[in-house]
Amino acid sequence: MGLGLLASRALRSSRIIRNSTRTIVSTPELKNADAAAAAAAADAPSDLPKRNPVGGARVHIPNPDDVIEVFVDGYPVKIPKGMTVLQACEVAGVDIPRFCYHSRLSIAGNCRMCLVEVEKSPKSVASCAMPALPDFVLSSNSGLVLLVLVENQLKYSHCISAEKAVYMHQTHDLQGPRMKIKTDTPIAKKAREGVMEFLLMNHPLDCPICDQGGECDLQDQSMAFGSDRGRFTEMKRSVVDKNLGPLVKTVMTRCIQCTRCVRFASEVAGVEDLGMLGRGSGEEIGTYVEKLMTSELSGNVIDICPVGALTSKPFAFKARNWELKGTESIDVTDAVGSNIRIDSRGPEVMRVVPRLNEGCPSFRADLKLDLTSTLPDINEEWISDKTRFFYDGLKRQRLNDPMIRGADGRFQAVSWRDALAIVAEVMHQIKPEEIIGVAGKLSDAESMMALKDLLNKMGSNNIFCEGNGMCPNADLRSGYIMNTSISGLEKADTFLLVGTQPRVEAAMVNARIRKTVKATNAKVGYVGPAADFNYDHEHLGTDPQTLVEIAKGSHPFSSALKNAKNPVIIVGAGVFDRDDKDAVFAAVDTIAKNNNVVRPDWNGLNVLLLNAAQAAALDLGLVPESDKCIDSAKFVYLMGADDVNLDKLPDDAFVVYQGHHGDRGVYRANVILPASAFTEKEGIYENTEGCAQITLPAVPTVGDARDDWKIVRALSEVAGVGLPYDSLGAIRSRIKTVAPNLLEVDERQPATFSTSLRPEVSQKVSATPFTPAVENFYMTDAITRASKIMAQCSALLKK
Amino acid sequence: MLGRLAAQRLNEIRTAIRRTTQASRSFSTALNYHIDTPDNRPDLPWEFNNANKEKVKEILSFYPSNYKQSAVIPLLDLAQQQNGGWLPVSAMNAVAKVIEVAPIRVYEVATFYTMFNRTKVGKYHLLVCGTTPCMIRGSRGIEEAILKHLGVKRNEVTKDGLFSVGEMECMGCCVNAPMMTVADYSNGSEGYAYNYYEDLTPKKAVEIVEAFRKGEKPPRGTQNPGRVNCGPEGGNTTLLGEPKAPPCRDLDAAE
Repeated sequence: MGLGLLASRALRSSRIIRNSTRTIVSTPELKNADAAAAAAAADAPSDLPKRNPVGGARVHIPNPDDVIEVFVDGYPVKIPKGMTVLQACEVAGVDIPRFCYHSRLSIAGNCRMCLVEVEKSPKSVASCAMPALPDFVLSSNSGLVLLVLVENQLKYSHCISAEKAVYMHQTHDLQGPRMKIKTDTPIAKKAREGVMEFLLMNHPLDCPICDQGGECDLQDQSMAFGSDRGRFTEMKRSVVDKNLGPLVKTVMTRCIQCTRCVRFASEVAGVEDLGMLGRGSGEEIGTYVEKLMTSELSGNVIDICPVGALTSKPFAFKARNWELKGTESIDVTDAVGSNIRIDSRGPEVMRVVPRLNEGCPSFRADLKLDLTSTLPDINEEWISDKTRFFYDGLKRQRLNDPMIRGADGRFQAVSWRDALAIVAEVMHQIKPEEIIGVAGKLSDAESMMALKDLLNKMGSNNIFCEGNGMCPNADLRSGYIMNTSISGLEKADTFLLVGTQPRVEAAMVNARIRKTVKATNAKVGYVGPAADFNYDHEHLGTDPQTLVEIAKGSHPFSSALKNAKNPVIIVGAGVFDRDDKDAVFAAVDTIAKNNNVVRPDWNGLNVLLLNAAQAAALDLGLVPESDKCIDSAKFVYLMGADDVNLDKLPDDAFVVYQGHHGDRGVYRANVILPASAFTEKEGIYENTEGCAQITLPAVPTVGDARDDWKIVRALSEVAGVGLPYDSLGAIRSRIKTVAPNLLEVDERQPATFSTSLRPEVSQKVSATPFTPAVENFYMTDAITRASKIMAQCSALLKK
Repeated sequence: MLGRLAAQRLNEIRTAIRRTTQASRSFSTALNYHIDTPDNRPDLPWEFNNANKEKVKEILSFYPSNYKQSAVIPLLDLAQQQNGGWLPVSAMNAVAKVIEVAPIRVYEVATFYTMFNRTKVGKYHLLVCGTTPCMIRGSRGIEEAILKHLGVKRNEVTKDGLFSVGEMECMGCCVNAPMMTVADYSNGSEGYAYNYYEDLTPKKAVEIVEAFRKGEKPPRGTQNPGRVNCGPEGGNTTLLGEPKAPPCRDLDAAE
């Protein structure tokens, strides 16, 4: 700001003077001083330095008639109707300090930090709660009547009498001057300084021992806008800390009562546990009766808390934020692929925080956005507790050396050369059709490609990814991805959830559905076992028979689907493991056909996947040749697969486990090949909506571990069937020949054909009820099962 | 020189600290969080009695059916009257159930308003006004006299459960200061009374307390026999004639 602004202001003022001199002599319509100033400012931008909107904010104006113009520090800004003064300032490139305002939560207007001066307004106004107005007429008479004309309707506040207001309405010109917002005048600065002093009155100045120190809004803003001293000499108040569970640490004395956490809990997380208790200086945030925050999104209150009142319990006193190296990566604990930043110090992952990710920054919530936007919009700025806190599992139970199980049943560490030699030798002794490969739920696309190529070269085609079932349908991409896209769910008005519990399977998708239900009162019908929802829903039934009824139109919910404008059907990936899965999908297809769920402008037929590897595995064609291949297998290559059912595996089968955690797969393994976890490698993951994203190495690998695809490549060399790629680039060009969409990173690739191409199914649905796909939200894979924090959470869950 | 200056400054700081630590802050409300006690636990059953269930229906009928939560204050008041002057957690939960909101939304209201008691009070809850006019006219002496007479501290209940004494902010009776209010919970919500006793002296206040102890209902209002309501002692001295109507435009004619 500084010099540039000052210079521009000097320029501007001289310009106005020149203009006004001219108006006196020539243009009579500019006699009105305000209009003259407006006109001057309107053609001024050419010599004003350009300001960039805060945080790349962009405005999308759906209807050109709804555009209004306001002035921010003299700069004219065109914004759509309904924006607040604060948002107008952001578009104009002025960052207004704020504590209580959060773009994704309702407006509270209680911190008063965002006060700005609005010309002709008697007092400074809270910009977060004040709508930017097209015409701003104010009486000069006693300064008590504020007349506001919006769409030719009279709205007034602080009025002496309604009679007088109407009188003034009649006498005033309807076209008032444009709203003039001033953000760096002495009045605005003094207002901020005063608010800051009040906020700091009861705030303990314990920044040196506060975990928020260094990334604290209060700290930053008191440096930027506060006074250098306070005048408060009384006792500071103190507040009893609350127990919110194993994830969120509270130091309530630091709280400045912005109520962001209260609003987050009730609006986004859907748990009405937090509230503002008491009054005056005794006011505090709490639950009144002791209660843990039972939400899968509770960790987000740590991020939205502008001070150090709510901080991360596992991260407490572990590191300072400026010591951390941030790596922008992708979460793999579920199929959503939340965008995260992995903060590491040296070889250790210290914490995981969400990365802002939305199609159109800042104003998405307020404005309609066109359907064609392909920018990733996955987790807004929230992540689930599992994503945020599983990271301590990366330090425990790690496999760091290649190992071979000896005759006594114990593992012995060996060199890579020996381990690979043994695996290659055994692999050659076994008939090709008895070799099977299983990709784990955390596998990246590159390693799955390499494993498939290796097995194919060995003559076997029995390779699959756990979670996809033994006979997955990989032919139609629209049959296994979320066609509506996660952000597209916001346009739906009726949901039918089939055998899926999004709250535990994909917490971020559930947050989207909840957002839609809250915003538009969308109806939700659910078929599946009794489940916990945090929005209104109708439990239609527990087994697939209900689907048949809905398809026939004999079920009461059919009419709701029929009348829906944008119906959405979400089928859970748990259905993949059912014997009657084809019949279930056929019933769902019928429902979709009868209710116009798939149209050229709307595709509401979705599958919600469970694991990060699933979509890419199906794109790469990881489909086993025989669905009974495990029963006759003699050689099993588990690439991080821990949840595959090996009960039917013959006892004499040779099992290779390649992975990063000593989890279930290791119990049966003969050879262990240590691999790197997703925080240590670069890999492509495709999320449930078909958006390929890339992880980046944040920390070095543990011990002697190697990247998955490199191990497979080395094994192919030792086995004498060398794969033709030696680098990530080369393996990606191989992927390009199989599934080119996986290389379109950060861009959702919609499926081209709808499921109408599916063959006819003669199978009948069974009466077996749907089963929950995820038993324990906090422990779903090798990393989360090794995590202590996740263990604490699931212990609370079971209680 | 420097040493003297430093000592002087140190002394200033000391006095400042001493002053602030001595200044105890009184909060009119009790704790803003709940602690389980044998008679105040969330799992204890609590319900509106039959007579009050009718009243609940009547109160709810004042509000549109989609704004049931607007009835939170009258319902909490009713629950407090029924429960002998205080609101246990389970009563607040019962109110939350009636108005179909999360319990925390009711706790927020109950903790905000100081007239909702979240700890036990006596059957007769005496609230002495502590605001400036009453304080100047001797409210502190009155509170002291009552407390001494009953042998309790502020916000404590006497052993027989009959009385408790609290402080209240201005109740708008400054013309008859000092005053106190007696919230009478001895007969449930049916016989609930909330009466002002004005123009008190320490002796008079103790007499009123004793009258309540005997089961009497002393006459409310000014305790000065020379005054009628808030009129001056010995009868009016001004405004003796019929009051004139205020000058006002004829609004009907203006239309």
